Amino acid sequence: MTAALVVGHGTEVAGARRRSRTAWLLLAPGLLYLFVFFVAPVAVLLLTSLFERVPGGPVGATRPAFAVSNYVDAVVTYAPQFGRSFLYAFIATVLALAIGYPLAYVIGVRCRTRPLLQGVLLVLVIAPFFTSFILRTIAWKQILADDSVVVSVLKTVSLLPDDARLTATPVAVVAGLTYNFLPFMTLPVYASLERLDLRLVEAGGDLYATPISTFRHVTLPLTMPGIVSGSLLTFIPAAGDYVNSALLGNAGTSMVGNVIDSRFFRVVDYPTAAALSVILMAAVLLLVAWYVRRSGTEDLL
Amino acid sequence: MKRLSFGRYLLPVYAALAFLYLLTPIAYTFAFSFNDAGRSNLVWRGFTFTNWQNPCGAPAVCESVVNSLQIGVLATVISTVLGTMIAIALVRYRFRLRAGANLLLFLPMATPEVVLGAALLAQFLNLRVNPGFATIVIAHVMFCISFVVVTVKARVASLDPRLEEAAADLYASPRAAFWRVTFPLLLPGIAAAALLAFSLSFDDFIITNFNSGNTDTFPKFVYVSATRGIPAQANVMGSAMFLIALIIVVTGQVLAARRRRAAAT
Amino acid sequence: MSGRDLELVSVTKRFGDFTAVDDLSLTMPSGSFFALLGPSGCGKTTMLRIIAGLESPSAGRVFIGGEDITATRAHQRPVNTVFQSYALFPHLDVIENVAFGLRRRREKHVVERAMAALDLVELRHLAGRKPAQLSGGQQQRVALARALVNNPAVLLLDEPLGALDLKLRRQMQVELKRIQDEVGLTFVHVTHDQEEAMTMADTVAVMNAGRIEQMGAPQELYDLPRTPFVANFLGRSNLLAGTVTDEHGGLLGVDVAGTRVQVPADRAVARSGAVLVGVRPEKVILLGADDPAPPGATALGPGTVADVSFAGVSTEYLVDVPGAGRMSVFAQNLTGVSATPGGTVRLAWSPQHAFALVDDGAPDDGTGEAVEAAELSEAAAP
Ligand SMILES: Nc1ncnc2c1ncn2[C@@H]1O[C@H](COP(=O)(O)OP(=O)(O)O)[C@@H](O)[C@H]1O
Ligand SMILES: [Mg+2]
Repeated sequence: MTAALVVGHGTEVAGARRRSRTAWLLLAPGLLYLFVFFVAPVAVLLLTSLFERVPGGPVGATRPAFAVSNYVDAVVTYAPQFGRSFLYAFIATVLALAIGYPLAYVIGVRCRTRPLLQGVLLVLVIAPFFTSFILRTIAWKQILADDSVVVSVLKTVSLLPDDARLTATPVAVVAGLTYNFLPFMTLPVYASLERLDLRLVEAGGDLYATPISTFRHVTLPLTMPGIVSGSLLTFIPAAGDYVNSALLGNAGTSMVGNVIDSRFFRVVDYPTAAALSVILMAAVLLLVAWYVRRSGTEDLL
Repeated sequence: MKRLSFGRYLLPVYAALAFLYLLTPIAYTFAFSFNDAGRSNLVWRGFTFTNWQNPCGAPAVCESVVNSLQIGVLATVISTVLGTMIAIALVRYRFRLRAGANLLLFLPMATPEVVLGAALLAQFLNLRVNPGFATIVIAHVMFCISFVVVTVKARVASLDPRLEEAAADLYASPRAAFWRVTFPLLLPGIAAAALLAFSLSFDDFIITNFNSGNTDTFPKFVYVSATRGIPAQANVMGSAMFLIALIIVVTGQVLAARRRRAAAT
Repeated sequence: MSGRDLELVSVTKRFGDFTAVDDLSLTMPSGSFFALLGPSGCGKTTMLRIIAGLESPSAGRVFIGGEDITATRAHQRPVNTVFQSYALFPHLDVIENVAFGLRRRREKHVVERAMAALDLVELRHLAGRKPAQLSGGQQQRVALARALVNNPAVLLLDEPLGALDLKLRRQMQVELKRIQDEVGLTFVHVTHDQEEAMTMADTVAVMNAGRIEQMGAPQELYDLPRTPFVANFLGRSNLLAGTVTDEHGGLLGVDVAGTRVQVPADRAVARSGAVLVGVRPEKVILLGADDPAPPGATALGPGTVADVSFAGVSTEYLVDVPGAGRMSVFAQNLTGVSATPGGTVRLAWSPQHAFALVDDGAPDDGTGEAVEAAELSEAAAP
């Protein structure tokens, strides 16, 4: 009896251990990969951001130091770029939600009875990825160029003043950001709308009567997880983007991404580029943490 | 009455406009792939098929597309395998440091691409690794893993654990249970994750630009040549990729719909 | 072709602080139809999972055909399960579901044997369908065929009929019984339906809170329950609290609220002290207020008829007997007294049908007579 007890217990413990070992065998390769190619690089970035330039040395030469002043300089010098990054990303996220939510609603709810149409529309949202977003952004640049058909038509019908232009403006940059990250908003929202139980909406129609309050009290809360991940997937890359500003904007629309890019490749000023990256990452993470907590969807992953 | 008309007509019209917005640049790209452009494809110079007949007429375009495809396939395979393993472990097993693992997977998604690109480049420079094809693949796998995990995890979570137990009950070893039951049932999720990973890799520019050295991917080639003039062959490639993706997925959809209809009868 | 016997020795399963199966020992003879009966949550599924190897016991051993299989993994045990939710593989058609076990063991003539198993459950014509295209009853039969085809030493069935409607359920009970006769395997059938357990099984084990309360042939269990729980889970019982006063000629005298009630000594769990005297409602007859009791019968009353409900084949009377509590009587609709609510009656039964139990304080799930009776007798005591 005692022996049985001990042995019985032994097999159970062995089973648990075997299971947890399997878990780690499954996790280890991927997590190790992220350690080597994500955690370590970010740590290196952090160290680099504290290096100092070698006075009188060759271009780009640095040495280990604890130059916190890099951060102070970066913030002071590039505060406008930071401001623009977050402002543009915020506006683009709101616009993408305004465009993407109804779009996702039509695909995910209206087309539910027609799976083929639903599939095709969904593909049309994803397929632009394959044209390359650079190519599409350049297409926008040419569509909205000063001598383009769109601009001349707008000017002829006086929707646009004669001396105004569409490219090289903040409006163009924000429109580009909105355009490029629209699928990232639409897809998660679609995923949560597709799962939405329409009987709940009908029940809401029973209880609240107007479609607007049904939407506010039933549909919106139920699709909140999709909205949260959609807006994160839009805001985060938009805040770090520099392509839209580079292609559609001008010097006055420069964002943090543009500065980091040029500090790295043109000016070869690694410490400043690293400090800017660290600040950007920290700011985005803080915002994300705040947003996730506020919207009450902690389990994003 | 008023709300009925909003729901019935306004919403589809709104969606149609959204699609117009989404697809206009693609239509433009497609149209200008037929431009008799010469060196710079900025203004319309006349209709021609030459660009499509000779897509490698600008050799750098073809080279960069081939690079992008190779990188995409490699990054997709590696990240899908690693991410699927993680997704299964996260859903199916209890283990310590679970919250830590979740955070580690969330962070790359919450980090702007410039930061990921800059950090990796700093690391490669630090290790005196010359950026090139391999470093691009490494970078792409890194940012794809988390997306694969999220996609596959949903599928694993919806899988009934009883089915694996039933397999074990029917003499399937853990390995057989995985390959005969779990894997086929996860396959749609894994396929969706792979498609997402491939799209992300194929379309990535910022991280690639940081870690590519002299190797050109298709987006990088387009960006770099934007200042000198983009050859019309780039439009051909962009349009072709779009059409191929569209045809493949739509064909899949139609076949699935047929199968559904056949099953229903 | 016949099954092997299954033995559990002191099997315990804990989930944290909670004990789902508590020091459970039992033997199921080879080729028997064994029913495990108990309320929801009493540990039936857990016990089956331990036998199947899907859960390892916290303590104790499992033997099949005398061989200790406690440490054997699920896929190596000669045991198959029909799961509560069927757990059919949704991506495989019916025939491949059935063939799954044979293929894993690399057997010969897989398709023929799977087809034969489908014949047994009369589903050959649906071999090419996917599980999602089957009705609940058909899925259940596929699950049965999928397990049977492997010819296991022990077949475990976890409430296989639970999801079916009453008519289909009765039909499948007959079917299952036929199949078991035909294949001669050891069946362990879990259910919370007492009627199902009694009509199908050779042996019924009544389980409660992780323990076997009592096991035996269905008639035996019904005729002579050994605990208040069994007395009210398997059919219903009138339980009267009393104290043993004497023992003469194999009969115990029990004082129930001042009335002397007799119980055969060999039908008593305890022969002294406080006991619960039990008698089944259909064993009790109604007498008019002044009718004499039949010779040798135990009589109780007078009492007041509280309720009469006509149920076709019989009529149930609820009678309040001062000091003894509310008694239930099933009367065949032959002749005799037909009481009306408010009327005064007496109750009688043959002592041979009475049994005596020890009140274990467990909450019984009957109508609460025992508790009520105990309270009343206490109140009546000087
Ligand atoms: N994996 C588990 N973890 C914790 N408690 C469990 C687990 N499995 C079962 N239990 C508990 O054990 C008890 C018995 O469960 P079960 O064997 O499924 O009951 P039955 O099949 O008789 O309805 C229940 O109270 C249930 O909540
Ligand atoms: Mg159960």
